[in-house]
Amino acid sequence: MSDCRSENSKADELVIQNVTKNFAGLRALDSVSLTLKRGEILGLIGPNGSGKTTLINVITGLLPLDGGRVFIGEVEITNKPPYEIARAGLGRTFQTIRLFRELTVMENVEVAAVSMGCSRKEAKRRALLAIEELGLEDWIGRLAGELPYGLERRVEIARAFALQPSFLLLDEPAAGLNEEESDQLLDMLAPIPERKGLGLLIVDHDMRLIMRLCHRLHVLSYGRTIGEGTPDEVRRIPQVIEAYLGKTAVGG
Amino acid sequence: MLSVEFLLNAITLGSLCALLALGLVIVYGILKLVNFAYGELIMITGYTLYLLNTSLQLPWLVMALAGVLVAMFTSYSTELVAFRPVRTKSLTAMLITSFAVSTLLQNAALLLISPRARAVPLPKLFSASLTVMGIAIPWRNILTVVTSLVLLIALTVLLKKTILGIALRAAADNFRMTRLMGVPANVVISSAFVISGLLAGIVGLFWVGRTASVTPTIGGGPLLIAFVATVIGGMNSLVGAVVGGYIYGVIFSFLGVMLPQTLLDYREAFMFLVVILILLFRPEGLIRGAGTGERVG
Repeated sequence: MSDCRSENSKADELVIQNVTKNFAGLRALDSVSLTLKRGEILGLIGPNGSGKTTLINVITGLLPLDGGRVFIGEVEITNKPPYEIARAGLGRTFQTIRLFRELTVMENVEVAAVSMGCSRKEAKRRALLAIEELGLEDWIGRLAGELPYGLERRVEIARAFALQPSFLLLDEPAAGLNEEESDQLLDMLAPIPERKGLGLLIVDHDMRLIMRLCHRLHVLSYGRTIGEGTPDEVRRIPQVIEAYLGKTAVGG
Repeated sequence: MLSVEFLLNAITLGSLCALLALGLVIVYGILKLVNFAYGELIMITGYTLYLLNTSLQLPWLVMALAGVLVAMFTSYSTELVAFRPVRTKSLTAMLITSFAVSTLLQNAALLLISPRARAVPLPKLFSASLTVMGIAIPWRNILTVVTSLVLLIALTVLLKKTILGIALRAAADNFRMTRLMGVPANVVISSAFVISGLLAGIVGLFWVGRTASVTPTIGGGPLLIAFVATVIGGMNSLVGAVVGGYIYGVIFSFLGVMLPQTLLDYREAFMFLVVILILLFRPEGLIRGAGTGERVG
């Protein structure tokens, strides 16, 4: 395979329709619908336990769905195995970093490109591109297990980029980063969706990052959607203020 | 006492042990399965030599090549037929399956061939020696060391430079993640079994060469050695397996020289004593790999 692009790289929307997920008696997701367009950054926020990570896990096939459907463009990916979903153009990162610790930074990113069926040469080219995008050039030959925490995050994101997904879900990319590292990450991520035509969905508790980075927000509470819109709009929704942002957010 | 001969013997045995351990660990790293049917691959190489010799009498090199290929194919087939169906079940299921495969292969040899030892052809070179500065070095030892080195270098290149190699190392590191990224699991696992078979087959040639014979239970010894060597070196690291193999070879040869004649029969007991001591201080083995210990289905 010389052309190792994801199978439907022309799809312009990731569509999630009425997704429902139960854990025993608990309804973790209750008919959640959202659309992620290419080129936009969508923030998925909500208090702890509101179902954000569960939503990412069911979309990417890690957990089976109990109801609802997921599409990449016209292609349905509901309950497909994770690797098929990855190949269909939907990438993700994890809350807890899962790098290949005995592989170098370069190899970590290369594996991703290789898994898309790229030739070795193309995989290298792609990996280098992703590494540059995340400012990791100086660390290329280092073992991933030896990197400082903040850089591990960036390697994980670079690895996700190398899959050249049409849509990418980042689960708490700023978790554990200090303010400076979080700002660096913001600067790196902000221009990418538009430049690459990538739809980016970000879950994070760092509201500073979310508010500055995201074009739109989707708010979950107890598995239900309680608001969506631009960051400014969302701040004004009473339920959101009550459930999540707290009363102080109204003013600023 | 620590003569050149001793050193050569230790390196020769160490080389075989290193290859043995590597073949076991390359599968363990990915599936967390200690493949107890691994020793039978050596047996199969031996019987392939025996059968080809009694029927066709081809040149030794051709028969040796066939022996190794049959070991690779057997390893590949056992994964396909026996391990793949139970892969998503518990680890215990896989472990017991490997015992079953081992027993099955041994009994097949008992029934179809004979419980008695069968003669295996050896190349003339195996019984010849090279004399350097008054020291006679058996060609078998030279060939063992050279073959091992070539194989280790080739494997290193494969693992470092090829797509398959990177995928294999990624899978050994975190198989779940590798799968999530879309690397086809079956290809990676099959390749690991084929490489495991290659290593067992090549070790098999030298192993049956030691006694010039093959029995249905010949695989037990090498399996145990591979297991002990990987425990010494560290179960989660390919480098650890190689290091463990050489350490095993050196200690075992050393015990052979050190122990008084009356205790030589207990050489293996002393060997295990040393292993216990190593494990007391390094319970994870000498080289700690990055493997997650997480098992996959």
